[in-house]
Amino acid sequence: MAKMIERATPLKRSGPGSGATDRTISDIPLKELYGPEDTAALDLERDLGKPGEYPYTRGIHPSMYRGRLWTMRQFAGFGNAKQTNERYHFLLAQGQMGLSVAFDMPTLMGYDSDAPQSLGEVGKCGVAIDSLADMEQLFDGIDMGAITTSMTINGPACIALAQYVAAAEKKGIPRRSLGGTIQADILKEYIAQKEWIFPPRPHVRIIVDMMKFCTEQMPKWNTISISGYHIREAGSTAVQELAFTLADGFAYVEAATKAGMDIDSFAPRLSFFFNSHIDFFEEICKFRAARRIYARHMREKYGAKDPRSWQLRFHTQTAGCSATAQQPLNNVARVAFEAMAAVLGGTQSLHTNSMDEVLALPSERAVEVALRTQQVLAYETNVTNVVDPLGGSYFIESLTDEMERQAEDYFRRIEEFGGCIEAIEAGFLQKEIADASYSYQRSLETQDRIIVGVNAFEREGSEKDIELLRIEPKVEMEQAKRVKSTRTNRDAAGVEKALAALKRACADSSINVMPPLIDAVNAMATEGEIVEAMVSVYGRYTETPRY
Amino acid sequence: MEKKRPLRVIVAKAGLDGHDRGAKVIARALRDAGMEVIYTGLFQTPEQIVNTAIQEDADGIGLSILSGAHMTLFPLVVEQLKEKGAGDIVFFGGGTIPPDDAVELKRLGVREIFTPGAPLSDIIKFIERECGKRRELVG
Repeated sequence: MAKMIERATPLKRSGPGSGATDRTISDIPLKELYGPEDTAALDLERDLGKPGEYPYTRGIHPSMYRGRLWTMRQFAGFGNAKQTNERYHFLLAQGQMGLSVAFDMPTLMGYDSDAPQSLGEVGKCGVAIDSLADMEQLFDGIDMGAITTSMTINGPACIALAQYVAAAEKKGIPRRSLGGTIQADILKEYIAQKEWIFPPRPHVRIIVDMMKFCTEQMPKWNTISISGYHIREAGSTAVQELAFTLADGFAYVEAATKAGMDIDSFAPRLSFFFNSHIDFFEEICKFRAARRIYARHMREKYGAKDPRSWQLRFHTQTAGCSATAQQPLNNVARVAFEAMAAVLGGTQSLHTNSMDEVLALPSERAVEVALRTQQVLAYETNVTNVVDPLGGSYFIESLTDEMERQAEDYFRRIEEFGGCIEAIEAGFLQKEIADASYSYQRSLETQDRIIVGVNAFEREGSEKDIELLRIEPKVEMEQAKRVKSTRTNRDAAGVEKALAALKRACADSSINVMPPLIDAVNAMATEGEIVEAMVSVYGRYTETPRY
Repeated sequence: MEKKRPLRVIVAKAGLDGHDRGAKVIARALRDAGMEVIYTGLFQTPEQIVNTAIQEDADGIGLSILSGAHMTLFPLVVEQLKEKGAGDIVFFGGGTIPPDDAVELKRLGVREIFTPGAPLSDIIKFIERECGKRRELVG
C-alpha cells in the first residue's frame, strides 16, 4: 500500500539560517520585507524607463501581450521524420503557433544513424535527420512559408539550416521568406551541453558565416539563439545562467564585428533562450535584468545605434531539471508556476515541459496538458492585461538590481581571462557550474530545500502514475537502412565534388561555408559525411572534464 | 591491522549523451565520502568503460545515461564485464530511466538503478555495502 511520509517539518521553515526561507534558489540572501530603502538607488529613468523603451527593463514592447501574445512553441521530435511530422500536425491542430524541432543525439553530434557511435541513440531524444530526404519528410504538408520553425541544434547547425533552406526551396518557397530561429550557440556547448564537434575558434567562424549568410539572404531568420537554458540545466545558478549567456552573446557580437559586420546589420536578429526555474521572483528578476544589461552593453559598450539592436528578445522553457520522476503529475503544477514567471518576466515565446519528460519523451497526452497550461495562462488568468505588472515592487526592483550587479561581477572575472572563449578554455565557467550544482544537491540532501515528492511527502512507486511514450528499437534499424539507401541512390561523383568544394571553403575563411553546404545537401550528402569533411579541416574538440 | 585502501569507483558516461551534471555530482559526492573516483569523461564505449575499470582495479562502475539509449548500452557493459571475466565488479547506473526498464535492466545484471531524485546518501550506502562485499571476496 502506498504510504505517505511527512518530513518537511514546519520548524525548518522559521528563522534565519534555516535554509530555504532566507535565500533564493541561487543563494541570493533575502530579507523578510522590502521597502523604499531597498530601491533608494533606483533611477526610474536610467534603470527602468517605459516598456518598449531603453533600457527595456519593463519589456521590449510598449503594449506587450495586449498587442500580441507570446508564441506557444512546444519542442518536439522523436523517432523518425514521419512520426515527428505527425506530431507537428497534431500540435498545429491544437493551436500551437510555431514548430520547434528536437533532434536526436546522433544528429546533434554529427553522426549518421548507421554510424557505430549512434548505436542505441537513434530517434530516442529527438528526431533522426540524416539527409535532405528526412528534412523534406519532416515538413511534409506543412507550409514552411507561413509557420516559423525553431531548430535546437548547435554543432551541425549550419548543416540543419542548409537542409531547411534546401527543403523549402524544393517546395518553391524562397529562402528570403523563411522565418524562424536556429540555436547555433556553440559556446554554450563547451560550457554546458557538450554537443560540440569542432574546437571553439573555427566553430565561431562558422557561426559568423551563418550570421552573414542570413543577414544577406534570409532577412526573416533569427541567426542565433544564445542559450542559457542548458547552462541552467547543467546546474548553474540563475545569476550564472544570466551572466554566462550574455557573455556568450557578447562574444558573438565581438566575433561578428571583428569579421567586419556592422553591428546594426545583425544584432536585431539575435535572440536568447532562457530557463524558467521554480524560484518565482528570482526568475522574473533574471529576465528583467537580462534585458537591461543587454541594452546597456549593446548601446554603451558596442555602440549599436538601432534600438532594435538593444532589445533582448527571448524564448523560455520551463526547467526540465526541476521536474521529478517521483509523482510526475506534480510537474504540471511546477510547469504552470514557471511558465507564469516567464510571462511576468516578458518572454516572447514559451515551451512548457510535459509532466513525463524526466522519465521519457513526452506522450501526446502529456504534451497536450503542457500546451493547455499555456493557454490557461494566456486566456484565463488575466496576467496578460497589464504590462510588467510587478514593475516598481520594492522586492522585484531590488532583486533585479542585485542580479545585474552579480552578473557584471562575472563579466569582470571573464574579462580577466581575456574573454569568453579564453575563460571556457581555462574551464572557469564549467567549474563554477559544477560547484553550484554540487552545493544545490547538498541542500536537497540536508533538506535545506524541499522538493515535494522527492525529499518530502514521498510515496513509493509513484513514478508509475503515468503512461510513457516508447520508441521502438525498429526505428533505429529502419533509419539506418534509409540512410544506406540514400547513399546508394545518388550521384556519387556529385557528392564528392560538393564535399571537396566545402572543404575548400572551410580552409579559406574568405569563402562563406553556407553556399557550398547547401550544394552538398542538395547533392544528398548525409550529415555524417558533411561533418567528416569539415572535421578533416578543423579536427574534433575534446575536453578536460571538471567536477 | 593492515589499513584497507579506499573503495575505487569508475563514474562513466556512454554513448553520445553530454548531460554530465548527475555524473559529476555523484563523482564528487563519492570522493567526499572517502572513495577513489575515476571519471571517464564523455562519449565512452561500453568496452572502454570496462577496460578502464579493469586497468584501475575498480570495485564498482556507475554509468549515467539520459539520452534514452540505456536499454542498448547498459546490457553491453554487462556483456563486456562477463566476457572479460570481471563480472564481480559492481555495476550500477542512473539517469532518465522509466521504472519498467529499470526492472528489466536489473534482471539483465545491472545491480541497481538510481533515477533522478535518488539521495546521494542512498547511493553511497549502496556502494559501500556492495563494493565492500566484493572487496572481502576478492581481497
